[in-house]
Amino acid sequence: MAAHLKKRVYEEFTKVVQQQHEDLSAKKLRLTKPSKSAALHVDLCKANSPADALQYLLQFARKPVEVESVEGVVRILLEHYYKESDASVRLKIASLLGLLSKTAGFSPDCIMDDAINTLQNEKSHQVLAQLLDTLLVIGTKLTENPSVRMRLVEVACKHLTDSSHGVRNKCLQLIGCLGPVEKGVAKEVENQAAKDVQKIIGDHFNDQDPRVRTAAIKAMLQLHERGLKLQQAIYSQACKLLADDYEQVRSAAVQLIWVLSQLYPESIVPIPSSNEEIRLVDDAFGKICHMVSDGSWVVRVQAAKLLGSMQQVSSHFLEQTLDKKLMSDLRRKRTAHERAKELYSSGEFSSGRKWGDDAPKEEIDTGAVNLIESGACGAFVHGLEDEMYEVRIAAVEALCMLAQSSPSFAEKCLDFLVDMFNDEIEEVRLQSIHTMRKISNNITLREDQLDTVLAVLEDSSRDIREALHELLCCTNVSTKEGIHLALVELLKNLTKYPTDRESIWKCLKFLGSRHPTLVLPLVPELLSTHPFFDTPEPDMDDPAYIAVLVLIFNAAKSCPTMPALFSDHTFRHYAYLRDSLSHLVPPLRLPGRKLVSSPVSPSITPHEDPSQQFLHQSLERVYNLQHLDPQGIQELLEFTIRDLQRLGELQSELAGMADFTATYLQCQLLLIKALQEKLWNVAAPLYLKQNALASAAAKQILEETYKMEFMYSGVESRQVVIIHHMRLQAKALQLIVTARTTRGVEPLFGMCEKFLQEVDSFQRCFISELPHMQGSFVDKLLDLMPRLVTSKPSEVVKILQTTLRQSTFLHLPLPEQLHRATANIIEPTGESDNPLRFTSGLVVALDVDATLEHVQDPQGTVKVQVLYPDGQAQLIHPKPADFRNPGPGRHRLITQVYLSHTAWTEPCQIEVRLLLAYNSNRSKASAKIPKCTWSESLEALPPSETGIEGTIPFSKPVKVYIMPKPARR
Amino acid sequence: MPEIKVTPLGAGQDVGRSCILVSIAGKNVMLDCGMHMGYNDDRRFPDFSYITQNGRLTDFLDCVIISHFHLDHCGALPYFSEMVGYDGPIYMTHPTKAICPILLEDYRKITVDKKGETNFFTSQMIKDCMKKVVAVHLHQTVQVDEELEIKAYYAGHVLGAAMFQIKVGCESVVYTGDYNMTPDRHLGAAWIDKCRPDLLITESTYATTIRDSKRCRERDFLKKVHETVERGGKVLIPVFALGRAQELCILLETFWERMNLKAPIYFSTGLTEKANHYYKLFITWTNQKIRKTFVQRNMFEFKHIKAFDRAFADNPGPMVVFATPGMLHAGQSLQIFRKWAGNEKNMVIMPGYCVQGTVGHKILSGQRKLEMEGRQILEVKMQVEYMSFSAHADAKGIMQLIRQAEPRNVLLVHGEAKKMEFLKQKIEQEFHVNCYMPANGETTTIFTNPSIPVDISLGLLKRETAIGLLPDVKKPKLMHGTLIMKDNSFRLVSPEQALKELGLAEHQLRFTCRVHIQDPRKEHETVLRVYNHLKGVLKDYSVQHLPDGSITVESILIQATAHSEDQGTKVLLVSWTYQDEELGSYLTSLLKKGLPQSTS
Repeated sequence: MAAHLKKRVYEEFTKVVQQQHEDLSAKKLRLTKPSKSAALHVDLCKANSPADALQYLLQFARKPVEVESVEGVVRILLEHYYKESDASVRLKIASLLGLLSKTAGFSPDCIMDDAINTLQNEKSHQVLAQLLDTLLVIGTKLTENPSVRMRLVEVACKHLTDSSHGVRNKCLQLIGCLGPVEKGVAKEVENQAAKDVQKIIGDHFNDQDPRVRTAAIKAMLQLHERGLKLQQAIYSQACKLLADDYEQVRSAAVQLIWVLSQLYPESIVPIPSSNEEIRLVDDAFGKICHMVSDGSWVVRVQAAKLLGSMQQVSSHFLEQTLDKKLMSDLRRKRTAHERAKELYSSGEFSSGRKWGDDAPKEEIDTGAVNLIESGACGAFVHGLEDEMYEVRIAAVEALCMLAQSSPSFAEKCLDFLVDMFNDEIEEVRLQSIHTMRKISNNITLREDQLDTVLAVLEDSSRDIREALHELLCCTNVSTKEGIHLALVELLKNLTKYPTDRESIWKCLKFLGSRHPTLVLPLVPELLSTHPFFDTPEPDMDDPAYIAVLVLIFNAAKSCPTMPALFSDHTFRHYAYLRDSLSHLVPPLRLPGRKLVSSPVSPSITPHEDPSQQFLHQSLERVYNLQHLDPQGIQELLEFTIRDLQRLGELQSELAGMADFTATYLQCQLLLIKALQEKLWNVAAPLYLKQNALASAAAKQILEETYKMEFMYSGVESRQVVIIHHMRLQAKALQLIVTARTTRGVEPLFGMCEKFLQEVDSFQRCFISELPHMQGSFVDKLLDLMPRLVTSKPSEVVKILQTTLRQSTFLHLPLPEQLHRATANIIEPTGESDNPLRFTSGLVVALDVDATLEHVQDPQGTVKVQVLYPDGQAQLIHPKPADFRNPGPGRHRLITQVYLSHTAWTEPCQIEVRLLLAYNSNRSKASAKIPKCTWSESLEALPPSETGIEGTIPFSKPVKVYIMPKPARR
Repeated sequence: MPEIKVTPLGAGQDVGRSCILVSIAGKNVMLDCGMHMGYNDDRRFPDFSYITQNGRLTDFLDCVIISHFHLDHCGALPYFSEMVGYDGPIYMTHPTKAICPILLEDYRKITVDKKGETNFFTSQMIKDCMKKVVAVHLHQTVQVDEELEIKAYYAGHVLGAAMFQIKVGCESVVYTGDYNMTPDRHLGAAWIDKCRPDLLITESTYATTIRDSKRCRERDFLKKVHETVERGGKVLIPVFALGRAQELCILLETFWERMNLKAPIYFSTGLTEKANHYYKLFITWTNQKIRKTFVQRNMFEFKHIKAFDRAFADNPGPMVVFATPGMLHAGQSLQIFRKWAGNEKNMVIMPGYCVQGTVGHKILSGQRKLEMEGRQILEVKMQVEYMSFSAHADAKGIMQLIRQAEPRNVLLVHGEAKKMEFLKQKIEQEFHVNCYMPANGETTTIFTNPSIPVDISLGLLKRETAIGLLPDVKKPKLMHGTLIMKDNSFRLVSPEQALKELGLAEHQLRFTCRVHIQDPRKEHETVLRVYNHLKGVLKDYSVQHLPDGSITVESILIQATAHSEDQGTKVLLVSWTYQDEELGSYLTSLLKKGLPQSTS
């Protein structure tokens, strides 16, 4: 047998080699390497003790095996497997089999029979389990083949009676992953006893080993995930598992119950110990709620999380979860217990606020009270008071999800959420503030609640305060006292933390525009106007006064009677603020005054937005007029660029689009300018200046294209093509310029080669887009490609030059949404005159706080750059944890930058700025190349693709005054 | 029937003087050894003469367990061990062992030095007593002797408070001490596994209360303090040195930190400083937040809370002062109260229970004019607030603990009789377990049904499991073997091995039974009929018709002979060994029913 096997192995070997000879690819070299399997065979034969063999196997496992030799290796391993008497070696072989079958491109059906055969005579339970694991790997690779799956499932069923938990575990896992999902298939292949996988797995819900029970539930969940509809009969079984002694069983059972409740929400189940019935989803909800007070926190977290997604639950069940009073079993009769409940709330419950109020006052009907076992009762009350913050966070999240779908519940849970604002752990506080913001559409804050909410404004954590400002932006307040309170607290906040200025103004802007009628009666008080006396004019630079004005002006926008209450200086201040803080102060229609507002009236709906129209029209104009005289084109481009830039400044929502197109046109303009110079024919050295202009243009275009590609979010592949095309043109320009300026042909060879490679890779990346690029540079170039490849560099240059000139201007299609990545450094402010002093040689930490907008993957791309006066630059990669994500498309970078320098004689300024790092490898273009296996990938990629890395500065630099002192001796 | 006997010497339908005697499987354990706050005579300590009139207690008690350091749980310990006399082991957790002597010493000072009592335990006695203490870790199983083992579980309540499981063989008792099921600012919640004890002895201080969310109370407390401080007023918080004081300190400390407040917070010195030191040390006993953040900063190293000096009370401007004692009956807290009572900007917050007759009780019940010593009248203008920060489990918490532990019986102590009654009823109704609430000195006996472990030889087990199907949890399984009871141990072995071990010869035991059947036919025909009948009925067994005219069913032999007198009656002789008793008796009953007519 062994000899036969060996023969087969070597046969296969030669076969493999032959196949490779046929395939004339670039990786021939590898074939001459000594074969892995042969080496392994020799090694294993040499091994004279199990320990040795194990060592060899371990070493072998560290190296990857090529697809072609996997089968050979497997044969060798199997041969040794049969010979081996030591269980640990067999175990390792079994695990290696599994690893090998995972090899990409290898189809393991040829080794399946052998693997199944090995199971037959195996005595060791561990090896058995490992072999089953291998079969699982094989099975998952061959999922399309139903007969293979059936066979494996049968094997697994056979071993389900094994006495070891490990084997049973694996069998169940196998059944879960491979068991038939479609009913039809099961019948077709039904040659053996009926394989009702669900029943088989269900039988193991009562297994004596908790690990097997867990595996059974997990297998069931796996089946569900694969699309099998679980039977409702499992529900009662699963409910029993909730009382299991082991936490992993309970945790899995909670999941199973949740799955079933989503599958059969409306079916009816009986309540034990009574003859009534309820909906299954309600019952399941009650049961999961019960698990929120489980002994194990893992189960509690699980249960609390799942509660959030049970949205079909009846509202009275939902509301019970917030009930914290001694409750009776609400599932049955309710009316009789209302009275008892009332008695309790008036007498028995200590609110803890009044002395002696917990003394029992009245006799209560004790028989009617049920202390536990009342299902959903108080689940969230428990969850929110839990010891572990993980549970509390999960509970808050669940609360949020449920409240979003049920307004009445949202109203009820408000008190609890407000309570959570005082949690001891900041994450929980933050989470609950966010939650409140999310449900704020459904709620109106009462005054006492608002009071508690506002108390948190004094929190020293900036995150908390800002989250709270965001919350206030979208809250509904019911009374004018509420508004006043909010304003007072916000002003207090402002005096305590002046850095919150922007955030507070923004908050007041929304507060004002949401509640114009509530602000109206407050106006005289807020502006401290007096019916008879003139009051002194407030200081216009006072942030608090600006805050008040922001509130009032925003309210006045939809309340035309309000301006009548303003005094003269208020109007003046309005004009000033409208100009200086235009994003906070809306245009107002003031009596007796010209409408001081931007040309765009806000009343026009976005559909017929003229600015958008304007954008498109101007672009149309540019694209249509490509045959004008060069001078005309240049002028038109210049005007359009100017228009677009101005438009971007005025219309923030169109800024991304306008900037993007302006940049593109700018590139085009530069290209045209560079080509329009009429001095190309003259010998190079005479026109150094000319060359400088052209090469500078090429360089700038390159830079701009990188900006276009990496700085805008929402760029689609259509745009990427155009950008790459532009870059290609710039490179061609560079090549031409170099050809003109350098003497000799030698350096040109390399450059031409490189350029042609780039054209080639461009063609490969964007093959699908090429039809859209009729008449473009690349189109023409590709036509000429055969000629180019064979011709000399000087000819190439010539061809390029003509093609560049002749090629048409590509129309840049605009995507739906386009946003430019922007960054704004809030801190350091750069205003300080006090230098940051530190001892030279030591480090000083500089707090950097910046907002980033529309940056994709900021953790990977955003860097901080520090420029020292001596020209030294330092690039800092912030930690991923330093980025917060306060909203979609927005990020916040709060980090510390460590500075150090040798001693200076006097303080000097350093520059801090944010950079956006890019890598052309990561670009959207290369992502489109189908991923090759690891062995090929490196060779397949042309060198030009392997990355040009660079950075784009995208924030204004901030100057920081520092002073490294010499160390004292 | 094995039984567990429980006798409370204190805390039976009462709060204070916790002391419970438990006899379990021949072992006697004393749980807690506390004093009563309300008495100053002999009644303040438990009546140890109940245990024995003469002779040392060591002979009667196997061990003493102290659940936590409150004086009503450990106050009588030096008296008990040194003055009455006990030399056995005393078990308590590490923090309890560290803090307990401080409190005992304080208690001694007040009683002896202030009240001038004699015949009280001395400092030396406290030290000697503490030498007998064995400290235990959480979840550590301590073997007291070969049979008795104890294990501590976390109980919340105060630093180092623990619940104890006492186990002898398969019988076990869990004593909760005082515990808290809701976490607070410095301690976590009590937790126990599903240990299914025979008896759970639980405290029931708040048997009829369900408390509001802790957060509301904390928020109210902080708000009041914050408002007063902002107004420029002074806040006095009378506290006892340990427990709640630390919770409130943490609460205020974090709040000050969060809100960036600057007003000073003072803490009266002495005892508290020492205690805070221990809180700093025993971080593992605190809650999640403190445990997770102590690497950056130990929460008990207060930044805003400073030691108080008497002179500070007259400082202008806002401040918050924690001062002892908690009931405003004497000491520093009363002095400060007298200074500040006149100003309506100030506030006093009572965070706990006040005994009748104390100043605390008077102002809480609304009295605005107090008569002080020397006939002075003190007018109270300051605001008086009450905040309950009790760390006992409420009714729901008690029920939750019972649900977690799944005991077979529950016994209530440490609570008022009337409240216990309500809880008892609830427990019986909802868990369907017996619930007891003995008064002091009353003995409760609980019968247990312990399972007895038997060692089975592996060979026998394998042989028996090979026969049947896989073991099923729900069905009992019949197996054959011999039970050997020898040297206080039980073993189940195969009969052959038992015979060998005991040196006995094997005897065959056969049962023989005659069954009369009315059958006129010939003998061999009858046999054939019987054979056919049995073959039809017993499909799963091998039924054979032997050539000598007898039938065997497995190893059971059936022979038929004609009755000597009446030829119409046949006598069937059925014989089986005792191993086949089940089948044999079934067969006889089957044959007794007669043969079916159809087969003829």
